[in-house]
Amino acid sequence: MSMLASGRGAAVRIVDLSKIYETRESEDVQALDRIDLDIEPGSFVAVVGPSGCGKSTLLSLLASLIPPSTGRIFIDGQEIRRPHPKVGVVFQSDMLLYWRNVLDNILLPIEIKHFNRGHYKEKAATLLSQVGLDGFENKWPSELSGGMRQRVAICRALIQEPGLLLMDEPFGALDALTREQMIMDLQAMWSRVGNTVLFITHGIDEAVFLADRVIVMSPRPGRIDLDLAIEMPRPRQWTEVHESPKFRHYVRRIREIFEAKGVLVER
Amino acid sequence: MAKKRRRRHDSFIEKLAAPATALAVIIVWQVAVPLSGLSEFILPTPFSIGKRLVTDFPLMMAQLSYTTFEVVAGFGLAVAIGVPLALAVFYWRPFERAVFPLMVALQTIPKVALAPLLVVYLGYGWAPKISLAFLISFFPIVISTVVGLQSLEKGLVNLVRSMGANEWQTFFKVRLPAALPSVFGGFKVAISLAVIGAIIGEYVAAERGLGYLQLQANARFDTALNFATVVVISVLGVFLYFIVAFIERKTVYRREAAK
Repeated sequence: MSMLASGRGAAVRIVDLSKIYETRESEDVQALDRIDLDIEPGSFVAVVGPSGCGKSTLLSLLASLIPPSTGRIFIDGQEIRRPHPKVGVVFQSDMLLYWRNVLDNILLPIEIKHFNRGHYKEKAATLLSQVGLDGFENKWPSELSGGMRQRVAICRALIQEPGLLLMDEPFGALDALTREQMIMDLQAMWSRVGNTVLFITHGIDEAVFLADRVIVMSPRPGRIDLDLAIEMPRPRQWTEVHESPKFRHYVRRIREIFEAKGVLVER
Repeated sequence: MAKKRRRRHDSFIEKLAAPATALAVIIVWQVAVPLSGLSEFILPTPFSIGKRLVTDFPLMMAQLSYTTFEVVAGFGLAVAIGVPLALAVFYWRPFERAVFPLMVALQTIPKVALAPLLVVYLGYGWAPKISLAFLISFFPIVISTVVGLQSLEKGLVNLVRSMGANEWQTFFKVRLPAALPSVFGGFKVAISLAVIGAIIGEYVAAERGLGYLQLQANARFDTALNFATVVVISVLGVFLYFIVAFIERKTVYRREAAK
């Protein structure tokens, strides 16, 4: 039952997925154009790309927050049409409910699914201590720093042992130091939980550092330009990895795509 | 050390500043009226107003109970009708389009101006007073509830929907708690206005109530009784306001944590 023992990620299959946003005034926007993607259970996949490349659309589709225009999504072989119970989401901002304390925020998904809160209290405490927030159950969101709040949001996403964790630029709003710590903590946590992670970011470095696989996307229309396997041993040490030729090689390959597409321009 | 002591000293003064000022005004008033030779008919002293409050206490309480009933009934009706209406405006777009602009426009009518008409239609009893208290407190409740519901961050709705919440759960877990501070802001404005509505209603046509008592006092040049009634009306307003504020504190969990 414990999340330490669960260690099972969900398999994701995306087939011919498109999303077109219809706008009343101007032309329709093709946010995603016929994406195919297979994600192995338990792998960490990062999606990088500039704003408007459809990476957040991809996440919303996986979370069933919006319907696809064409195509299908399967989680563990089952096509999804409504929010899947085995999917947890961490958004860019922590989205903590300010009228609930830390514990009640973490137990929100449990309440919504009408599970027994009592059964999950202990697990919430365990999760909190794993992210370095021992004994914070009764604190209020307003008493926490930005990094702490995002840690609580991660605990909330992990409370029901999601087979698939979706993260939408989760560290985008944090300062550089906090972000570095969070990246290392996320790696540690993921190696314990072993679930599948889809990590959306515009940070090339953090994508390469964290992921088994980096998907590079470009906008108008949103397409996959590169599917890069990151072959570096784990656990990855921050300094060691960032100074390694292999890391720099991966980062350069991704930058080359952006330069070729005109997303990054040298002046 | 000295700094710390001075700060404590400052906060002590700050706490006492308002009561001390009030006391000073009362003392000046008490002393200045006889000194200036003003007649007690024009401006009674605080002492004689206080005396009337004591001697006419049973009369005051009887009239107070009528007025309180009118205020609470009018306010209660405004909540019972205003909140569901606000929900309809929020959830049903055609209704919002059809009704909300009209309501905002109607809000510009000074409701007090309707008082004589209400007497024509509803007579001299409870009905016109309750109606006026209702009308005057209705709009702030509807508008603050709609604004509270609309102010919710879209992201929070997506959050609970990603957890599999239906609209019912979305409402009770997120929309309602997020709207409550604004809703209670409207309630607090409304309860103060409801007192005004009921009193105006009694001015226009009544056989009892605190407004009626004031008219009686006026007719008899009983300025001390008139002032005493003003005090009672004020106390009623403050008391009802604090009841709403108390319920708010119990309901809006830790509001100070909001920002």
